[in-house]
Amino acid sequence: MKHILKIVAQRIALGFLTLFAISLIITFGVELLPGDLAQAILGQAATPDAVRVFRIELGLDKPAYLRYLDWLGGMATGDMGVSLSNKRQISELVGIRLSNTLFLGGFAALVAIPLALALGILAALYRNSLFDRSINLVTVTSISFPEFFIAYVLILFFAVKLGWFPGISNISTELSLGDKLYRTLLPAATLTLVCVAHMMRMTRASIINLLSSPYIEMARLKGIKPMRIILRHALPNALAPIVNVIALNLAYLVVGVVIVEVVFVYPGLGQLLVDSVSKRDVPVVQACSMIFASVYILLNLFADIISIVTNPRLLYPR
Amino acid sequence: MKHKIHKKGQLKSGQITRRGFVGGSIALGAAGTMAGSLLTLSGNAFASTARRGGRMRAGLAHGSTTDTLDPASYENGFTGVMNYSLHNHLGEVDATGALVPELAESWEASNGAKTWVVNLRQGVEFHNGKTLDSDDVIASFQHHMGETKSPAKSLLEQVTSMRTDGKNRVIFELSGANADFMFITIDYHIAIKAAKDGKIDALDGIGTGGYVLESFEPGVRFYAKRHANYFKPDSAWFDELELLSIVDPTARINALTTGEVDVIDRVDLKTAHLLARQSGINVEETTGTKHYTFPMRCDTAPFDDNNVRMALKLAVKRDELVEKILYGHGTVGNDHPIAPINQYHAATLPQRVYDPDKARFYADKAGGIKVQLHAADAAFPGAVDAAVLYKEHAAAAGIEIEVVRAPNDGYWSNIWMNKPWGASYWGGRSTEDWMFTTAYLSTASWNESFWKNERFDELLFMGRAETNTDLRREIYYEMQEIVKDDCGEVIPMFANYVFASVEKVKHGAMAGNWDLDGEKFFERWWFDF
Repeated sequence: MKHILKIVAQRIALGFLTLFAISLIITFGVELLPGDLAQAILGQAATPDAVRVFRIELGLDKPAYLRYLDWLGGMATGDMGVSLSNKRQISELVGIRLSNTLFLGGFAALVAIPLALALGILAALYRNSLFDRSINLVTVTSISFPEFFIAYVLILFFAVKLGWFPGISNISTELSLGDKLYRTLLPAATLTLVCVAHMMRMTRASIINLLSSPYIEMARLKGIKPMRIILRHALPNALAPIVNVIALNLAYLVVGVVIVEVVFVYPGLGQLLVDSVSKRDVPVVQACSMIFASVYILLNLFADIISIVTNPRLLYPR
Repeated sequence: MKHKIHKKGQLKSGQITRRGFVGGSIALGAAGTMAGSLLTLSGNAFASTARRGGRMRAGLAHGSTTDTLDPASYENGFTGVMNYSLHNHLGEVDATGALVPELAESWEASNGAKTWVVNLRQGVEFHNGKTLDSDDVIASFQHHMGETKSPAKSLLEQVTSMRTDGKNRVIFELSGANADFMFITIDYHIAIKAAKDGKIDALDGIGTGGYVLESFEPGVRFYAKRHANYFKPDSAWFDELELLSIVDPTARINALTTGEVDVIDRVDLKTAHLLARQSGINVEETTGTKHYTFPMRCDTAPFDDNNVRMALKLAVKRDELVEKILYGHGTVGNDHPIAPINQYHAATLPQRVYDPDKARFYADKAGGIKVQLHAADAAFPGAVDAAVLYKEHAAAAGIEIEVVRAPNDGYWSNIWMNKPWGASYWGGRSTEDWMFTTAYLSTASWNESFWKNERFDELLFMGRAETNTDLRREIYYEMQEIVKDDCGEVIPMFANYVFASVEKVKHGAMAGNWDLDGEKFFERWWFDF
């Protein structure tokens, strides 16, 4: 157990180092883009005079490294700062968006992960049967289409033709949970269709991989039922790669859904990041990037810990 | 089924006045066809008696997380509508294109249009219960003067002093005569807000407008309820107003057809005719002053040679651009920015047409033309396609155009007014003076073609000070002619505002100064349940 804690501590420290490196890359990457917030917001109305006044108002007249150090100091004390463009607290701005994103991602994950695991196990159990082949065909097809296409197909049938669900996911805080679920069902279904194939095929492949091992052979010779062999003997040993793929897909559900957000007009974090980059609102870009990076780092950490815990050889190394 | 397009003949000032036309068409019972500058694509949303109630939900093509409630920052279709719903201005443009009083009751010029006395409406109440007075007006104007980022700053530089005369009168002194000054005061940025210690609180969202702010999430949603003590009696019919930012055109159409919103703006022109065929949906358009341009920098070779400018102006098929870029939702331009709905539009000026032979003649005089045209769809939707068509048209006259596709991101700071030739657009202005002063005066900061013409500048100041309508018409005609034949602007087309609504949405004659009935649909339209 001590060993695990040590690994976790090491990984968290490394995670902070990664975050620091990312913040540097993001800040100076955005800095390299032509134009700044004053020009981006004023657009065609950007006269030299207006830009000058606006820059002073925004603090953009200070050199980039000073602004970065200010921001780093704030971050270290838990203060994300204020958005340059509308002077709102970033924590407040990001908070609503993040909870929306987590809600949609969580909803999709709750459907997609059990579904993918079940399908993967069944496909491994009845491998090379008609069932296996058709499941593969359907999921690989759905992952092959771009997500906006799947979204539009769902909208066409379930919103426009049948009228069962709303065509856009207009949610606000005053909605009840049931209403929220109803309104986010189509985007969640889109995300599910997009990410099931990856997890399902990994489950199937890693289980089948183990099925040729001697200990499975032994189990089979003892007369254990195929389902039990897979669930009790194969699956625990196949967990490590599956968990890694699940972690990757969870990360995707949080950080990669901007296209689905645009199609369904869902107010998530991805939309906020895109807006902020195009308007060069650096503090908001930094905050969003930090959140996204943290999600990746944490999910990968969890995946690694679970892989270690489920594998005695890694848990008790010599 | 063929979609129904009712287009009456082009309205031209001088032939028939717009006011007269509206009167005439109503007298003929021609409801649903055309009033002011309204064209109907399908259905009939016109007329019926207004009634109160309902929640108006609009899906708008603009809106960004960087939007704010500060009037000095209003810059897009979302903040524009939000602004008009929360605030009022001294005056507004009505369906006939005329300037009518709003928070002002009346105004009067004296001292040769150098002094303007504005009498305010009495008993107008802000959302917080305060009564409007002259101090509020002065503070609201001052927000856009001095050290500010407000785009209205350059408009108000002509104001040398403002003073109150009692609670209900404001007096403006100008540095030079301006017969159109009241049009300047209704610039959408100059929202009238309540003053506290001589200053307005720019971010409080409190105004005198028809709707009271309930919640605003930038780039997502705006929600407001009707102002119970709104001063306009027959206005603001809806109980609630909800604006959603739906930037993606397909998502906007989805939202409308699945009943999530009642109105959308900026209908995708490619599919507008299909949307119009759908039952229960009305697609409509207004003709305004919005125009698409290709400004050439007159201070840079080869565009400093008027032969080059003339050759390029003659080398574009305008009707084809209107047909293929605007899908017919617009009219051809005549290389000057004054729209047919403007008061002094030069209708008698011959229309410039595609003439490859003449273009070749000018090109030969200039010693051959080989130029780059920079375009991005940030300039206007379809700008890159328009540039490619332009290239093909010009090739027939032996003119070589290389189309350079620029990124949308940063277009206005890196390409526009930087590269020698690019694409641009203007929302247009209600008056000739305002449009010319903004982008054609040699010293204007938005003189996007870097054009300098002494006679033009001279005429501009003459026209501004002139109060005799006939003399002004002559002056503005000459100015339009000079711009057409000398300036670096190629103006091939004027674009209509195209929007759609569900069947229960009704309205009267619509204003064409902005999208969606002058961006005031929320107080001018109503539901017919």
